[in-house]
Amino acid sequence: MFAHEFMRNAFLAGTFVALACGLVGYFVVLRAQVFAGDALSHVAFTGALAAAAAGIDPRIGLFAITIVVAVGMGAAGDRARADDTVIGSFFAWILGLGALFLSIFITSSSSSGNGTAAVRVLFGSILGLSASEARLAALLAALAAVAVVAMARPLLFSSVDVEVAEARGVRVRAIGLAFLGVLGLVAAEATQAVGALLLLGLLSAPGGAAHRLTANPYAGLALSASFALVAMWGGLVLSYLVPSLPPSSMIVMLAVAIYVVATAAGVRKARNPKLESVS
Amino acid sequence: MRIDELFQFHFMTNALIAGTIVAVTASAIGWFVVVRQQAFAGHTLSVIAFPGAAAAALAGAPVVVGYFAACALGALALAAVTGGEARSISHESAAIGSVQALALGLGFLFVSLYHGLLTELNSLLFGTFLGITDTQVLVLLGVGAGVLLMLALVARPLLFASVDADVARAGGVPVAALSTVFLMMLGLAVAATSQITGALLVFALLVTPPATAQLITPHPGRSFALSVVIALLVTWLGLSIAYFSIYPVGFYVTSLSFGLYVLVRLVRR
Repeated sequence: MFAHEFMRNAFLAGTFVALACGLVGYFVVLRAQVFAGDALSHVAFTGALAAAAAGIDPRIGLFAITIVVAVGMGAAGDRARADDTVIGSFFAWILGLGALFLSIFITSSSSSGNGTAAVRVLFGSILGLSASEARLAALLAALAAVAVVAMARPLLFSSVDVEVAEARGVRVRAIGLAFLGVLGLVAAEATQAVGALLLLGLLSAPGGAAHRLTANPYAGLALSASFALVAMWGGLVLSYLVPSLPPSSMIVMLAVAIYVVATAAGVRKARNPKLESVS
Repeated sequence: MRIDELFQFHFMTNALIAGTIVAVTASAIGWFVVVRQQAFAGHTLSVIAFPGAAAAALAGAPVVVGYFAACALGALALAAVTGGEARSISHESAAIGSVQALALGLGFLFVSLYHGLLTELNSLLFGTFLGITDTQVLVLLGVGAGVLLMLALVARPLLFASVDADVARAGGVPVAALSTVFLMMLGLAVAATSQITGALLVFALLVTPPATAQLITPHPGRSFALSVVIALLVTWLGLSIAYFSIYPVGFYVTSLSFGLYVLVRLVRR
C-alpha cells in the first residue's frame, strides 16, 4: 500500500490533520461550538470556490478568510454566547455566495462544465494530494496541534468555569479568540484534505466520544486524538482495499461508529449515578 | 425585460407557486426554530435531505421520496440523540454534529456509487427552480398544508415548552413528545424547502426571516406574521431576479434574506 506515492502523501497529511482535529475537537465539543466549526468549514468552502472562480491558488484566500471570520465570529458572539441564530443567518449567506462562485466557475471554464470543483472542495480529495501539498498540510496541522496543547490549561479552565477563571486572572476573552483562530486554521487546512463538510465528522465525533468516556481532560484529549487517528487510518486503508468507497465517507463513518460505541458504553457506565440525581 | 414575462411560462408559475408554499411553511416552522435555538438541528436536517436524494437516485426511486424519507428518519434520529434525560449542550452539539457528518459521508458514498451526473449534485445542494413539475407542486402543497395544520394544533403548548421547559413540564405539558413532534415537522418542512433552495440553503428561509422578524418586534403573534411576510418577499424577489439572470436562485434568496437581517440589526442598534 505504501508503494504508492499518493497513499504515502495521504497518510502523511491525514495523520496530522486527524491529530489536529482530534485535539481541537475535544475543546470544540466541551465549549459546545460544533456549530461554529461547521459554519467555518462552509466559510472555507466558499473561500476556496471564490479562488477557483477567480482562477488563483485556493489556499491563499482560504486561510486568511477563514481565520478572520473565525475571530470575527468570536468577537461578535461575546455578549450572547453561542448565538446560533447569528451563525445560522450568516452562513446561509456564505453558502449562497458559494453557489454564486460555483456557477461563475462553471460558466467560465466550459471545458469542465460540471460540479467537479464543488465536489472536490466539499468532499476533499485526500488521495489527490501532491507531495508538497501533503507536507504543507502536515506542517500546518502540526502547528495547530501544538498551539492547542500549549493553551490547553487556560483554555480548559475558561471553558469549564468562566467566572472562576476570570477571577484567577485568566484572560478568558483572549483565549477564546485565540482558540477560534486555531479552529479557523484547522477548518481551512482540513478543507484541503478531507473536504469542507467532512471536517465536521473529525471535529465532533472523536471529541464527543472522548467526553462520553472520561471526565479527565488530559485523558480525554489523548482519547479524542487517538480516535481521530484510528478513523483516519482505518478510512484510508478501507478505501484502498475497496477502491469504489470514497475515503472521506469511510473516515467519517468510522469516526461516527466510534462515537456510537463510546456513547453506548458511556451511558451504561453513567446509568447508576444518574438515577440518584434525577432532576 | 418585462415583469409579466415572469408568468408566461409554465415552469415559472410552478416555481412561484412552489416558492410561495415553501416560504410560508419554512418561516412558520422556522419561527419556532429560532425561539428554541435549534438552528444547528435544522441545518443538520437540511443536510440529511442530500443523502436521501442521492440514495433515491441510486435506487432509481423518485428523488422527492428520498428527500422526505431521509428527513423524517433524520428527525427521529435527532430526537433520539438530543432528547435524553440528561441534556447537556456539549453532548448535544457533538451528537448533532456526528449525525450531520454521517449523513454527508453517506450522501457522498451514494453519489460515488451512483456514478451519475455531477450537475445533479449541484442542484441537490444549491437548488433549482427550473424543473418543478405539477406533481411536485401538489406534493409540496400537501406537505405544507399538513405541517401548518399540525403546527396550528400544537402551537400553544409548543411555545410554552419552548420558552420555559421546566414550568411547562410541571404544568403537565408533554415536553419530550412535543420536541419529537416538532423535529418531525421541521424535517418535513426542510425536505420541502430544500427542493427549491437546495439542501445547503434552507436556512435562508428557515432561520433568517424569523430572526429578522424577532429583532423587529418581541410580540409573538406579530413577529410570526412578519417572518412569513419576509420569507414570501425574499422568495418572490429572489425567483424573479434569478429568472432574468444567469446566476443561481439560491444566491439571490440568501443574499436578500441576509441583507435584510443585517439592515434590521444595524437600524435596531
